[in-house]
Amino acid sequence: MPTTTYDNTGVPIDDEGFFTDPARWTEPMAEQIAKEAGIDALTDRHWIVIRFMRDQYAAKGTGPTVRVLGKVSGVSVKELYQLFPKGPAKTAAKIAGIPKPRGCI
Amino acid sequence: MGKHIVILGGGTAGTMTANRLCRTYDRDECLVTVVDQDDDHLYQPGLLFVPFGLARPDHLVRSRPRQLDEAVDYKMARIDRVDLDARTVRLAGGIQLSYDVLVVATGARLLPEETEGLTGPGWGEKVFTFYDLPGATGLHDALERFEGGRVVVDIADLPLKCPVAPLEFAFLADWYFRSRGIRDRVELTYATPLDGAFTKPVAAKALGGLLNDKGIELVTEFTLGEVDGEHGRLMSYDEREVAFDLAVVVPLHGGAEYVGRSAGLGDELGFVPVDPHTLQLPGRHEVFAVGDAAGLPASKAGSVAHFEGEVLVHNIGQFLAGQPLDASFDGHANCFVETGFHKALLIDFNYDTEPLPGHFPGPVGLPLLKESHAAHLGKLAFEWLYWHSLLPGRELPGIGSAMSEHGKHHVPH
Repeated sequence: MPTTTYDNTGVPIDDEGFFTDPARWTEPMAEQIAKEAGIDALTDRHWIVIRFMRDQYAAKGTGPTVRVLGKVSGVSVKELYQLFPKGPAKTAAKIAGIPKPRGCI
Repeated sequence: MGKHIVILGGGTAGTMTANRLCRTYDRDECLVTVVDQDDDHLYQPGLLFVPFGLARPDHLVRSRPRQLDEAVDYKMARIDRVDLDARTVRLAGGIQLSYDVLVVATGARLLPEETEGLTGPGWGEKVFTFYDLPGATGLHDALERFEGGRVVVDIADLPLKCPVAPLEFAFLADWYFRSRGIRDRVELTYATPLDGAFTKPVAAKALGGLLNDKGIELVTEFTLGEVDGEHGRLMSYDEREVAFDLAVVVPLHGGAEYVGRSAGLGDELGFVPVDPHTLQLPGRHEVFAVGDAAGLPASKAGSVAHFEGEVLVHNIGQFLAGQPLDASFDGHANCFVETGFHKALLIDFNYDTEPLPGHFPGPVGLPLLKESHAAHLGKLAFEWLYWHSLLPGRELPGIGSAMSEHGKHHVPH
């Protein structure tokens, strides 16, 4: 299992850089992960999504889809793609320190 | 005075649960009531075969109450809502059922109208789903008429029932057009909201070449935003387009309608957010969910409902006895994946262990994560098992509720 360092702390990640242990994530790490994902600065709107991702993962064991984000997080689908241009469900999951959304196979 | 267990839904999960409970308790200990709105129990795995003429629609449907133990009280009625505080279920027509234990097993519902344009021009003509019987039947006619062009298989969004079925459809479509001798006139595309057809590392390595080998184009991270049936275009949220002459779309799924009308029961999509291990609704100890209706990070598949059953029935017993719930579901799922040309592969996995190579149910058994004719025969034989062994709530010899590591090979990523 590879590891990387954010906020001077070693964390386990998968081959694509997603956290494998969401409990190891801290808020200061998000800025660094976001920069690596091509997002220069996290705004309050980004943080609404990031916190929603973490809450959903804690409640359901899986990150929300774009549709659920758009329906419930308070940020519209259109804005989600402006905030996270490379795909909100995946990029926001990475920044929020939750595992990558996956299928069953 | 016995306890009253009300099961909402007489499909795969509800039927298996009711029959298991009837075998566990005498009627004077527990009265089991099952509610569903019709009399048609559909063998859903058969839907995949209908479009290709490999299954007859009328062979897939049997009576719901006839699959239930004779001790079950079956009520055919539309469910209006559940009142969790009053512990009652209100049925259409004003009938009320009080319960000591409620089991939500009403599965998942297709919501094609939630996607702009999906049920608009072209729906039922060149835009279909095979996830219900009318759709699968209409698609069979459309495929028979199809002489060439662009066929797109698209998963609108997650979660979906039987997550491998769209992939199986693409594989079978390749086989079907080849067997008709027109494969060179068909462009076949598979579009998914995920970032690959195979997203678990081991399966991706083992099976990543399958689509390519079959000449099926893959479009990833494509979440369906709109369908333009008139001009034959699927459009994603991020404004990409996939052109089609025939679109096979798996619509958005949600829970049963009454779940949304029942305060405190469902999530934003109408699935019931139960504990992934005990299957109990947090804060409502007398409420459980099983099968596709449950909002779990597990596949929505009949095998999951079967493996959940043992845990569920035990935990209901513990609850009724005032004891802690000590049975834990591990997310076990087991699926045959039809790959065409009379071959299939088998996958076996749970919450924590991805599909791995090896053999199932032990070192001497069907190969896992590898195409074989034996697995195809297994998939065909499964229909008999479903009606005669699984629905009655019987255990399959050598296959337990919990996923076994026996016969599996862990491989480094």
